[in-house]
Amino acid sequence: MSANILIIAEHDGVRLNPSTAKSVTCARALPEAQITIAVFAADAAEVASQAAALQGVSRVIKVEHAANAHLLAAILAPQVAELAKPYSHVFGPSTTFGKDLMPRVAALLDTVQVSDIMAVESATRFRRPIYAGNAIVTVEVESAGPIVATVRTASFEAAPSGATGTVEAVKLEVGLPSHTRFVSVSAARSDRPDLQTASRVVSGGRALGSAAGFQSLYTLADKLGAAVGASRAAVDAGYAPNELQVGQTGKIIAPELYIAIGISGAIQHLTGIKDARTIVAINKDGEAPIFEVADIGLVGDLFQIVPELEKLIGS
Amino acid sequence: MKRILVGIKRVVDYNVRIRVKPDGSGVVTDGVKMSINPFDEIALEEALRLKERGAADEVIVATIGPADTQQQLRTALAMGADRAVLVQAERGLEPLVAAKALLKIVEREQPFLVILGKQAIDDDNSQTGQMLAALWDRPQATFASKVELTGEHTARVTREVDAGLEVLEVDLPAVITTDLRLNEPRYVKLPEIMKAKKKPLDTLTLETLGVALRQGLKPVRFEPPPQRQRGIRVKDAAELVSVLKGKGLI
Repeated sequence: MSANILIIAEHDGVRLNPSTAKSVTCARALPEAQITIAVFAADAAEVASQAAALQGVSRVIKVEHAANAHLLAAILAPQVAELAKPYSHVFGPSTTFGKDLMPRVAALLDTVQVSDIMAVESATRFRRPIYAGNAIVTVEVESAGPIVATVRTASFEAAPSGATGTVEAVKLEVGLPSHTRFVSVSAARSDRPDLQTASRVVSGGRALGSAAGFQSLYTLADKLGAAVGASRAAVDAGYAPNELQVGQTGKIIAPELYIAIGISGAIQHLTGIKDARTIVAINKDGEAPIFEVADIGLVGDLFQIVPELEKLIGS
Repeated sequence: MKRILVGIKRVVDYNVRIRVKPDGSGVVTDGVKMSINPFDEIALEEALRLKERGAADEVIVATIGPADTQQQLRTALAMGADRAVLVQAERGLEPLVAAKALLKIVEREQPFLVILGKQAIDDDNSQTGQMLAALWDRPQATFASKVELTGEHTARVTREVDAGLEVLEVDLPAVITTDLRLNEPRYVKLPEIMKAKKKPLDTLTLETLGVALRQGLKPVRFEPPPQRQRGIRVKDAAELVSVLKGKGLI
């Protein structure tokens, strides 16, 4: 059985989110994968051309509609469900975008969803984490109709660009609801690497002691070209904003280098960094659980070590 | 009667260290402490606060699960819910079936708001609220960190999304799923536990609701996650930088 996979693109109207390229890599692991990316937008031209450049993608469909200016699940779901019918699989990323949208699509198709695919075993068999990553379950889909799934982005590399695929426009005859309206979104910082996809992350915990103390991490992060993350304790203490939280209830990330500064390493935090290539821990408590998972540990006073690192890396 | 329906799930308490059974047939749950899913507690707290502010007359808490789930419903009643509905079913119900059962309860109770946790901390699916909203053909506002009722028929919900905070306006009735920072659930006081014993708790079955028990996802095997190895210790910042440079990481 060949797999005919529809991937729903995540984007901000201008740029394709890297989560889509990661979903493509997951889809390519299916046998005889034929991959189509669907871009929903008010004006999809730019994002669709980025999608068409991804290697392994056979087709890009753009669905342009004024109502698609903001990617709201209630408005997208009936369109995705309509588009999905001829496909064997419908994938979205396991980001807040995909988590919001895909179950709504699955319910409209009256089928189950596989959440957070971390590995593909066959066209119908997948591995996924449960209990915050403390167990891994292999599931076999026995439901009829398209297999709806979200892809755990930390488990897959982004598919490379460089292809020259074609883009075709599709008009869907679907009634769209007016009961859900976009009001606003807080602007993302564009001058810094995105935490979810950065290859290096500097992350701070409660030991930084204050919002001003936390702010000192940004200098180090800038020298490393790193994104900044935070433990739940640092967020709860008000040192860092919500969207920086790394862990079970925040972001699950897989950077090449993760530097945990003043983070003790609660299980909820470790869940979010399990797939990091190299973990560095800096903490004054040599018994902190973070050292159990760290590849490189340094016991000491962060307020002394961080400025030293800045100097050494800057030189 | 303005009603809020809150869905809760009985899960292994979040402080319990999860162990996979040696034969790979599941996770050890025998003799393990069970609790209300923490995100569902936040959902209930939000409903209770809305009622206390006069926005609702009644808070109904519903669950789908084995008979033992009555314990969690009694806790929810002690927190302040007015009455409870238990849809008795075996363990391991899939989100689509749970959503269909909740839809039947929605049709009976006609709530203006349904609040659920954003995900259950056992299977981590994060599906039921979205599926219910789809089947009900109503708005969804998932991962909520702030809920404001802006009129008789509208609500403004702030959502925690990857980019930051997104604000949606939804017509009511609607489904809201809760994120961690929406509120801090209250503690249950002893007199409330006594009072909760007298509050109504209805027991139904999937059959009486007319919901078919389907299984679309078969678990094949369970495994513990791969463990990371403990690494090396360095003595100071200079050695750390030289090790990182040696590995080509900086």
